[in-house]
Amino acid sequence: MSGSALVVEEPGPLTLVQDLGRPGHAHLGVPASGALDPDALRLANRLVGNPEHLAGLEVLLGGLALRAHGAVTVALAGAPAMLHVEHRDARHAGPGVAVAVPDGGLVRVDAPARGLRTWLAVRGGVATSSLLGSRSTDVLSGLGRALRNGDELPVGPAPLHPVPAVGQAPQALAVVDLPVLRVVAGPRADWFAPVALRALAGPWAVTSSSDRVGLRLRGPDLVRAPDGVRELPSEGVVAGALQVPADGQPVLFLADHPVTGGYPVIATVVRADLRLAAQAAPGTYLRLRVVTGPRLP
Amino acid sequence: MTAARWRPCGDAAALAEVPDLAAAQRLLAAVEAARERGELPGVLDIVPAARTLLLRCTDAAALEHAAAHVAALPLDDPAAGATTPGVPPGGEPVRIPVVYDGEDLAEVARLLDVDAAEVVRRHTGTRWQVAFTGFAPGFGYLVAASGEAGPGSLAVPRRREPRTRVPAGAVGLAAEFTGVYPRASPGGWQLVGRTGTPVWRPDAEPPALLAPGVLVRFEEAR
Repeated sequence: MSGSALVVEEPGPLTLVQDLGRPGHAHLGVPASGALDPDALRLANRLVGNPEHLAGLEVLLGGLALRAHGAVTVALAGAPAMLHVEHRDARHAGPGVAVAVPDGGLVRVDAPARGLRTWLAVRGGVATSSLLGSRSTDVLSGLGRALRNGDELPVGPAPLHPVPAVGQAPQALAVVDLPVLRVVAGPRADWFAPVALRALAGPWAVTSSSDRVGLRLRGPDLVRAPDGVRELPSEGVVAGALQVPADGQPVLFLADHPVTGGYPVIATVVRADLRLAAQAAPGTYLRLRVVTGPRLP
Repeated sequence: MTAARWRPCGDAAALAEVPDLAAAQRLLAAVEAARERGELPGVLDIVPAARTLLLRCTDAAALEHAAAHVAALPLDDPAAGATTPGVPPGGEPVRIPVVYDGEDLAEVARLLDVDAAEVVRRHTGTRWQVAFTGFAPGFGYLVAASGEAGPGSLAVPRRREPRTRVPAGAVGLAAEFTGVYPRASPGGWQLVGRTGTPVWRPDAEPPALLAPGVLVRFEEAR
């Protein structure tokens, strides 16, 4: 339905508009940004009959309350959280189902029991303004900002597809104890001592100074090769890069990472496993496992 | 053949590493041209830097194809002068007025063993070109345009102690580079002046004034 909107009554700790990001601007210093678990946003969109690329909300640790202006249909995916609709007769639903919300209904998203982030899709998509081809909030570049009380989020026109008739969609589990993320050694593995590559296995503690820019990890010291101090000219980095500053404790870059960096990257997490990083809460642990990389000249 | 050393960045990206900035610029020009010709499907981002070019692709197969293709590209003869990626040769430089009252102007003059007026003369007398961006959206690393005997070097080291806050529009120097801070941020470059010309506007097309390849002239404003 055109002309509907969601009005923020409680934004929770951090709720951001996210779509599949803005690739293609890295040469201007702008990272791709976008949902930290793109597959979860795609699934939430499919559940309400949307094209997969429409913008939804990335909800960190729940606490979100939205008032529907006009009837809307919403669905959750990602870290399993309860969704409540408060209207005359309350309804409850978990992730993986489409829920119809009447005009004036209040949508609440609880904190997930485990994990960090849940994605909410609304039929028609969140139709806020787009910058550089995306509605994604990029906390590093200052594109967009976190939702606040009173923000009115326009909902786009309903897509042609109906809401699919699924009871509950199965989800690949991104919230697991002690997740193991696959990494490809490099691009600067040769800056490090062999013992550092073995130490990648961890376990690595996720520290509280982690955000969409990156996970700051604490664990074994990733010592450099003993051939003197070298200076690395800044070079392009990607999401998944494990950049190692002088203190030997790596930062795992996520979607809002700086596009270049001057510290050596010892290894890079494969894209499919970044969704595990999106759910790695401070105080939990993860492991890294080196796998074979692409065939290069 | 490009004598690049390839370094993987996960399963769908890689750095091509070359000996110096001039080689990186030639490689960028060749790769941009190949992309224009449609020879690099599946390449999402091409990120130039001082010694490297990052290719980020949709998947491993696209990366392997792109890397093999790039490795076989002929490079322009360095003796003929580097091409200017993204800008037609002889393109008009962007003009940026600068008030030369930076906090480090005297220190830069001391490091170069000249007076402040000579620093300004060299900065305004050099035709600059954006080699690459990074650090922050719209922050261009400008180098003296190739093939020109400039009015003298401005190469100075970064400040020993970075500033916690450099204002938007500050014009700085570091190594062979000059640049304009797009917004207030921490920064370690030697500040020689300031400009009111916005270099980053996310709602504009293009959003970055100083994109790779763009030529720049700084002009003294009083």
